[in-house]
Amino acid sequence: MTRKQRRMTIIGGSLAVLALAAALVLNALRDSIVFFSTPTMVAEKHVQPGKRFRLGGLVQPGSLQRGDNLAVTFEVADGGAKLPVAYKGILPDLFREGQGVVAEGALDANGVFKADTVLAKHDETYMPKDVADALKKQGHWKDDYGAKASNGITPAATTAQGNSQGAVR
Amino acid sequence: MIAEAGHYALVLALALALIQSFVPVIGARLRDPALMNVARSTALAQLLFVGASFIALVTLHVISDFSVANVYENSHSMKPLIYKITGVWGNHEGSMLLWVSILALFGGLVAAFGNNLPLSLRAHVLAVQAWIASAFYLFILITSNPFLRIVNPPIEGRDLNPVLQDIGLAVHPPMLYLGYVGFSISFSFAIAALIEGRIDAAWARWVRPWTLVAWIFLTLGIAMGSYWAYYELGWGGWWFWDPVENASLMPWLAGTALLHSALVMEKRDALKVWTILLSILTFSLSLLGTFLVRSGVITSVHAFANDPTRGVFILLILCLFIGGSLSLFAARAPSLKQGGLFAPISREGALVLNNLLLTVACAVVLFGTLYPLAMEVLFDFKMSVGAPFYNLSFVPLFALLLIAVPFGPMLAWKRGDLLGVTQRLLAAGVAGLVVVAIVWAWTRGGSALAPLAIGLGVFVVAGAATDLAERTGLFRLPFVTALHRARGLPRSTWGGALAHAGLGIALIGVVCETTWNSEYIATMKPNDVAQVAGYDLKLDGLLERQGPNYREMVAQFSVSRGRDALSVMTPSKRSFTTRGSSTTEAALLTRGASQLYISLGDVTADGAIAVRIYHKPMVLLIWWGPVLMAFGGILSLSDRRLRVGAPKPARAKQRLQPAE
Repeated sequence: MTRKQRRMTIIGGSLAVLALAAALVLNALRDSIVFFSTPTMVAEKHVQPGKRFRLGGLVQPGSLQRGDNLAVTFEVADGGAKLPVAYKGILPDLFREGQGVVAEGALDANGVFKADTVLAKHDETYMPKDVADALKKQGHWKDDYGAKASNGITPAATTAQGNSQGAVR
Repeated sequence: MIAEAGHYALVLALALALIQSFVPVIGARLRDPALMNVARSTALAQLLFVGASFIALVTLHVISDFSVANVYENSHSMKPLIYKITGVWGNHEGSMLLWVSILALFGGLVAAFGNNLPLSLRAHVLAVQAWIASAFYLFILITSNPFLRIVNPPIEGRDLNPVLQDIGLAVHPPMLYLGYVGFSISFSFAIAALIEGRIDAAWARWVRPWTLVAWIFLTLGIAMGSYWAYYELGWGGWWFWDPVENASLMPWLAGTALLHSALVMEKRDALKVWTILLSILTFSLSLLGTFLVRSGVITSVHAFANDPTRGVFILLILCLFIGGSLSLFAARAPSLKQGGLFAPISREGALVLNNLLLTVACAVVLFGTLYPLAMEVLFDFKMSVGAPFYNLSFVPLFALLLIAVPFGPMLAWKRGDLLGVTQRLLAAGVAGLVVVAIVWAWTRGGSALAPLAIGLGVFVVAGAATDLAERTGLFRLPFVTALHRARGLPRSTWGGALAHAGLGIALIGVVCETTWNSEYIATMKPNDVAQVAGYDLKLDGLLERQGPNYREMVAQFSVSRGRDALSVMTPSKRSFTTRGSSTTEAALLTRGASQLYISLGDVTADGAIAVRIYHKPMVLLIWWGPVLMAFGGILSLSDRRLRVGAPKPARAKQRLQPAE
């Protein structure tokens, strides 16, 4: 083989691997991307039952109910709308009423969000970033969320509109 | 006083780094040995001052000086000593100080042990190290000073995030940083080579040990972090494709590629330009990882910092270094001489394929990590890219790589014989297929994917063994001769084979754990028995305990199998009063390579407790694999040919003298 042919073999091989990778990525993107919504976005967009998405918002205080066999129901609210969520299993350590939560699953025919994963994934300010951004965008963000929460005080009733200071000890 | 001293030491380190950034370069231009040697002294002095600064911060944490904001926010006087120390890097400011300390450590090591480097090369390498260091010193001093005081000192601190109060924090971040930051050395060598416009096989010989050191630490750091997440987060997952995990995986993939391409360069004087590019890319990915983790741009369990000014500053550093180095590469690379011809089917060709697959897999991970961010910034909608994406894209590419792994080391340099190698690997291939058949029969025709993947793992392990057997002449020659040959084999050969075998072992663990994991979730009352994978777990009772800075509720389980009582497991749930948060401490019972795993949920009104019990078959192989890989790396590192000070003729003469 000449030098040129060798180089062409290597370049050809590289292009083949790159094309394979591109095909794999495009195929994976089609099936496995999960979008993020808040209850308000769900209400506006009429999400189809059975379509998987991530629901983010605050756990409505007083809505948490435990049933048999670790079944739990609670409501996720973002100030504009509420959505009932059903989940079976153990809730994460950081799950609290009045605090941010992200659940992954799909709506059923009755409009209940059946979650198979509940993430209370958040940093030390007790607010998932997705939820914080969504709340800020909708104008329900209060600057004291981060500050209060990081002092170890649980903010409650934080989504009620016109409630100037939602935090209680 | 200590805080001010620490701050001052850091400022002095910055001043030294600035001197080191310019004086050696000027010295190299003027060919003035005295000016070039400045780099050596400043690098060592820098290490001294940054070390002092770091020790100052550790001291402040140990003595619980709450007049320092960083200590107040992350410590508590009741916290056990070990977590007072590890808490130093359990926060943004402290972890950045650890980052620069390790950078200074590597610079100091090059200065101390780089005596056999050409003077100008060492001067340039250390100057580039100083550029990186200056940028990060400035970053710390301007945006993240760990030594800030509080005007009215509080009496008690706010405690460290409870999830971080674990021995994992003592090991995982320093290891990871030793890996991340260690790649700065190969980066500096690459930039120095580009500045000098000269690069040869000796260059690769100097770079490879440093790359190997970084790679070993990064491998262990990632494995350690994965095990930590597994037992600490309480739901038994060990890899989440979380952007922060990806941030450490990407430099690992690129670094692994670099390790292999440097091999080609050292042995065959080929792939020079590519090796230089990989050195730049690997450290760029480390910088990107630092940016992703430290700027808080991504939602993630690991991102504990959230401050946009910092993000912008690191982004500037990132653009400066990546943009600058790639521009320099574009300008200088064409002038570097290429050498070493090889046929596509050869050891070199196999290593090119390895590099190709590793970098493309790395690009896929990069895409999956940045795509959601880009979508959010450009089109303002949120999405997440999780395990399903990587299973469909990263996993097939990596499977291809694993199929090729056993072939590489057995091909000859320059021109290989694929057919011959295939024949010699026949036994390994048959072993893999037999395992596929057995596993498939055992699971009574379940999914074919899991047995195939396990067969692939076995093939990789058997392939590594075949390589060793071929080299030692095992089964071909008398056993004693084979043993003698085995001893004479270069340690790097052993290291390579072990690292490849580790890859196969980790794969077997991953497949077993994900396919045959049994899970049991229920509420249990005392004396209830849960049956999981043939084990009986009886809840004996619950008790409350007071820890140093938390209260915990402990559940005691008696574990038995058939009639044999095996052990007692005590998972617990801790509530930390200072932060008002709680953690789940899972209990683990190891049986061979498999584990039983119990974590607790909440107590219900009628006194029952929610529990989650897993049986994870072969789960430990997931981490034994990387440990074996790191061990292989250490063996290679101890190879005489690879030593940083490659043996000089004078030393060889000394060895001939009779001992004692």
